[in-house]
Amino acid sequence: MTALDLSSDRPARRHSLALSIGLALVGLNVAVAILTLFCTPYDPLNASGGRLEAPSLLHWVGTDRLGRDYLTQIMIGARTALIVGTGAVAIGASIGVTLGILAAFATRLLDDVMAATLDILIAFPTLLLAMLVVAASDSASLWSAILALGLAISAIVARLTRILAKRVLRQDYIIASRTSGTSWPGVVVRHVLPNIWPTLSVNFALQFGLAVIAEASLSYLGLGAPPPNASWGRLLQEAQGTVYTAPVGAIAPGIALVALVIGMNLLADGLRDVGDPTRGRSR
Amino acid sequence: MFLCKSQHCRPRASRLPDERNPAILAYILRRFAILILSLLIAAVVLFVLLRLLPGDPANALLSVGADQQQIEAAREQVGSNLPLWEQFLRFVGSLARFDLGASFVSGKPVVEEIATRLTVTVPLALLGFALAIAIAVPLGILSAVKANRWYGAAISTVSQLGIAIPVFWVGILLVTVFAVNLRLFPSGGYPRRGWQNEGQVLYALALPVLTIGLVMAASLIRYIRSATQDVLGSDYLRTARALGASFSQALIRHGIRNGAVPIVSILGIELATTLLGAVVVERVFALPGLGSMLLLAIEQRDYPNVQGVLFISTLLVLLIGFAADLLQRVIDPRLRERATGAAT
Repeated sequence: MTALDLSSDRPARRHSLALSIGLALVGLNVAVAILTLFCTPYDPLNASGGRLEAPSLLHWVGTDRLGRDYLTQIMIGARTALIVGTGAVAIGASIGVTLGILAAFATRLLDDVMAATLDILIAFPTLLLAMLVVAASDSASLWSAILALGLAISAIVARLTRILAKRVLRQDYIIASRTSGTSWPGVVVRHVLPNIWPTLSVNFALQFGLAVIAEASLSYLGLGAPPPNASWGRLLQEAQGTVYTAPVGAIAPGIALVALVIGMNLLADGLRDVGDPTRGRSR
Repeated sequence: MFLCKSQHCRPRASRLPDERNPAILAYILRRFAILILSLLIAAVVLFVLLRLLPGDPANALLSVGADQQQIEAAREQVGSNLPLWEQFLRFVGSLARFDLGASFVSGKPVVEEIATRLTVTVPLALLGFALAIAIAVPLGILSAVKANRWYGAAISTVSQLGIAIPVFWVGILLVTVFAVNLRLFPSGGYPRRGWQNEGQVLYALALPVLTIGLVMAASLIRYIRSATQDVLGSDYLRTARALGASFSQALIRHGIRNGAVPIVSILGIELATTLLGAVVVERVFALPGLGSMLLLAIEQRDYPNVQGVLFISTLLVLLIGFAADLLQRVIDPRLRERATGAAT
């Protein structure tokens, strides 16, 4: 594959700085999230110090209004963010890619209808859609948020997949492949998906970051996962109430969140430059 | 003018409205049809979503332990005993008449409540929007023109950072700086008498507007930067320079109008996003706008309010899109001439 050869080319190497920083930031987040499965600095559910303590050697980021260690909560928040991002993108990708491929094969009329509907769905803001789905499910849970964000992402992915797949299907090698006896599903697996994957994966990384922000906004609004699950959005919402006495709490979770989202965006940039030879050269 | 009848030498005649009208009129009609169609689809989506909400809407009218007869009566009153298609027709009918019903909780007409709330949300969104444009246009152009200088690169980096930051956190940070540390502005709240007291309203809106303006400017800068780059690389700019125009003359005379075409539709989308993104900002600063009305309605399961807010916001979003598309045609004559061909 040409994409692989180019990864050692000059332009790609220059931009791999974005890729390395992105990988480092996301990797750190994953490492912390996995670590919290085995051990955390303090018990996340019970007080381990005084209320609203300032940062100290014992509590690096201080404690919240119930005396719980703040760093522990932020670390668990990293896990929540990863679950939401991964889950939402997985749902969005599976529904979106399927719909997009089907639309690319559909008759002209059906394709037009699908394209128009997708445009309207995309115009409908993700956060409102998510708020509705969360409100529609009986109790707010992590899964209803993930489902809602996944559905919103699927519309975007479907539109992108449709355009990309149609472009691939017009190529001569598709006709060649068909003539040599490959079935349509075979063509999709062997030619369409591998060709659209580089662009799709960049989009997935971007959507991951957006899903993390959207989930934080939902929990900030009180529509996210209920209390035992720490989420950066809810941490920030609680800390806002005590911002006059303990401003650090209103800053730290935000930094963690921005680090993860920027990491994902840089990863997307890096992937784009490595995966797309034309883009790397033109710079 | 009378001597030359060839295509190229009809200077003004072809620009007269009566000759141009059919195409642009057809476009407006077409675009209007799409607007109505989108509204219908939005109505279907709203209808389906609200049916998905748990429980019969009639429940809200009933007290605990109501008997079967009371339940039937309530269902009769709300209309939830009718077949689905009839419920849908009624729903669309009442939307078309802007009859959004009355709140389950307060009993007040939803339209009235929304009108009051809009006096907070619309100024908030528009002022934030104006601030964002005021920040983004000069900085975006600067970062494209001076891409090789350190500040050009700095502007793009900061705007990259800006899109990774959630709106509400920007709000919280601004509160930390301007309300907690500098004590310049209130950390939230809104004067009870609203616009009767303009000074206080503007004072209360200062930080929320700044929040929206900064976040929106960050994403806008990127679009304006790339639009400017397109203009800078264009043949017409080079031609203008070759004909003796100075760089800034060429940029102002030819660049702005050309660069504005893609930006207008982006601005439409951004304005719509801001209007709806106000939900979060209103929460940060405890403002009684449309967003907090929606949140409260969801918490209280006040379905008429939920439905009303969603319908009105969808309507606003679609209208903004409509206006942006028309504005694009006004700016760009090329799109106008092609107007009959392409719909969107």
